[in-house]
Amino acid sequence: MNIIELAGVTKEYPGGVAALRGVDLAVAQGELTAIVGPSGSGKSTLLHMIGTLDRPTAGTVRIAGHDVAALSDRELSALRARHIGFVFQQFHLADGVSALDNVADGLLYAGAGLRERRERAARALDRVGLGGRVRHRPNQLSGGERQRVAVARAVVGEPDLVLADEPTGNLDSAAGAEVMELLGGLHRSGTTVAIITHDPEVAALAPRRVRVRDGLIVDGAR
Amino acid sequence: MSAPGLTPARLGGRDVVRVGFGGLRARPARAVLSALGIAIGIATMVAVIGISSSSKEELLRRIDRLGTNLLTVTPGDTLFGEGAELPASAPAMVARIGPVTAVGATGATDATVRRTDRIPKEVTGGIAVQAATPELLRTLDATVRSGGWLNAGTARHPGVVLGSEAARRLGFDRAGGRVWLGGRWFTVLGVLDPAGLAPEIDRSALVGWEAARRHLGFGGRPTTVYERSADASVAAVRDVLARTVNPENPEEVQVSRPSDALEARAAAAGAFTGLLLGLGAVALLVGGVGVANTMVISVLERRREIGLRRSLGATRGQVRVQFLAESLLLSAFGGVAGVLLGTAVTVGFTLYRGWPPVVPGWALGGALAATLAIGAVAGLYPAMRAARLPPTTALATV
Ligand SMILES: Nc1ncnc2c1ncn2[C@@H]1O[C@H](COP(=O)(O)OP(=O)(O)O)[C@@H](O)[C@H]1O
Ligand SMILES: [Mg+2]
Repeated sequence: MNIIELAGVTKEYPGGVAALRGVDLAVAQGELTAIVGPSGSGKSTLLHMIGTLDRPTAGTVRIAGHDVAALSDRELSALRARHIGFVFQQFHLADGVSALDNVADGLLYAGAGLRERRERAARALDRVGLGGRVRHRPNQLSGGERQRVAVARAVVGEPDLVLADEPTGNLDSAAGAEVMELLGGLHRSGTTVAIITHDPEVAALAPRRVRVRDGLIVDGAR
Repeated sequence: MSAPGLTPARLGGRDVVRVGFGGLRARPARAVLSALGIAIGIATMVAVIGISSSSKEELLRRIDRLGTNLLTVTPGDTLFGEGAELPASAPAMVARIGPVTAVGATGATDATVRRTDRIPKEVTGGIAVQAATPELLRTLDATVRSGGWLNAGTARHPGVVLGSEAARRLGFDRAGGRVWLGGRWFTVLGVLDPAGLAPEIDRSALVGWEAARRHLGFGGRPTTVYERSADASVAAVRDVLARTVNPENPEEVQVSRPSDALEARAAAAGAFTGLLLGLGAVALLVGGVGVANTMVISVLERRREIGLRRSLGATRGQVRVQFLAESLLLSAFGGVAGVLLGTAVTVGFTLYRGWPPVVPGWALGGALAATLAIGAVAGLYPAMRAARLPPTTALATV
């Protein structure tokens, strides 16, 4: 079954920029996909469509079987809360909040109580190798550790789909390799993972590559 | 048409408070400063209400102590607009009314009182020389600070008892010594404490009834008759007083109740000054604007956080609730601090004045309600802006 299905997706921003110009894309459950392409080609826009953070100007987006156009904003929020985890280039961690509570916030909108959120967060931090950094604040962590906290937050709710937008963009190669290893491990345990990158080495790790240029998928659309 | 299984989870009340509190804790100095505005406004209003309520309570307690069963009878005007007089028999007639328990009287004289005979006659110091019946002291429930009261023995001899204010003006703080009164020396037999319900006694030099007739040319007609009766009979006594005192011309007699004046003062003290309350309201308004300002800035600064929360599955409503909660918490902190501060000011001021401190419950409830209303109004617009922010725009903020 395809967890991601895009058909004829177009996205025009106000001012006439067409970031996507009729994209078709299908990703099956459990795949690990690298989305590559030059800067400004529309990769992030594509990820926003997949992540239901924005709606297309034209075309259809189906995520986990739901037609995004038919869902209200509330339903899209619920879809993100249950099925999708995001990892961003800038980590987006809350300063002054412990790693544990940053990760626990990943479950805040899924309806779990505080105790359960913290228990699961502690386990997720263990999984990313940060079991000993639970009480640390983001400013007490290295860049690689911060991104691992962000990965733990993305996966703490055990989503079907993890979307990462240049997760290694702000990291040195060693830290980047660790984060990629984590995402690869997720894939091996059955989660569907899509990673935007323009690092060819990173892309080479993925079994499947989707190449984007000028708002079109030029290779790997299937 | 809702999709199966895609209902957002409810964000519980405790989580709302946690998230709102977390937002404030991230910038504590700013939170304290913007809560301060609210605190000052609430403190002002609580203190204004508290102090005026305490002053009212003080007066009410004083009325309780002094009693409301004292009535006075004074001459009114005749039909022709001339000053009427009370009959000489008035005190005796009043004493005959069944429920009356005590009757005293004073009669004005033309005499003046001075420290010595060398002080000119015109310098009276505003002290009235009055004849007094022996029962006056008991009727007024007044007490002697020093010396004694007029009695049958002294009432005929040239002795005088000074009201508290009269004693002060003449330079006496205790009995003993003489004053120049009506052209002869009078011995100061006693000095009274303040008389409470009859401040005119405080400014009087009181001479025995008979002594006044003999030495001061007093005609024997009372100018004020004081009487007390059982509390339950005050109204009934009041109804018959004028006719009893002057059966032919009851309309020439004025009856009044001195505690009424105190009660009016208590009511006035309880009606706190609008000006001060207005000041508090302005402070509160400025505080509210401060909170709104803080919230607007907060939303601008935290667009990435908003984007992140949306990506984690927060609905627009949940983002709105988060910022509303933050605003409510902010002003609630200010409100609680203001209530504490206002209560402290009230207690301090009333202790200093020797009043019973009173902060009415409705003032505290009102302060709380005002605080919440301000928090809601101040937070509404910023919260709506935060909720309307598209997730991608919020996340793209650098
Ligand atoms: N919010 C926006 N408003 C207007 N133009 C945008 C917006 N977001 C992206 N674009 C434009 O859309 C194009 C694709 O952007 P993006 O998807 O971010 O590319 P990539 O992630 O591949 O670098 C670019 O030309 C960019 O300037
Ligand atoms: Mg991008």
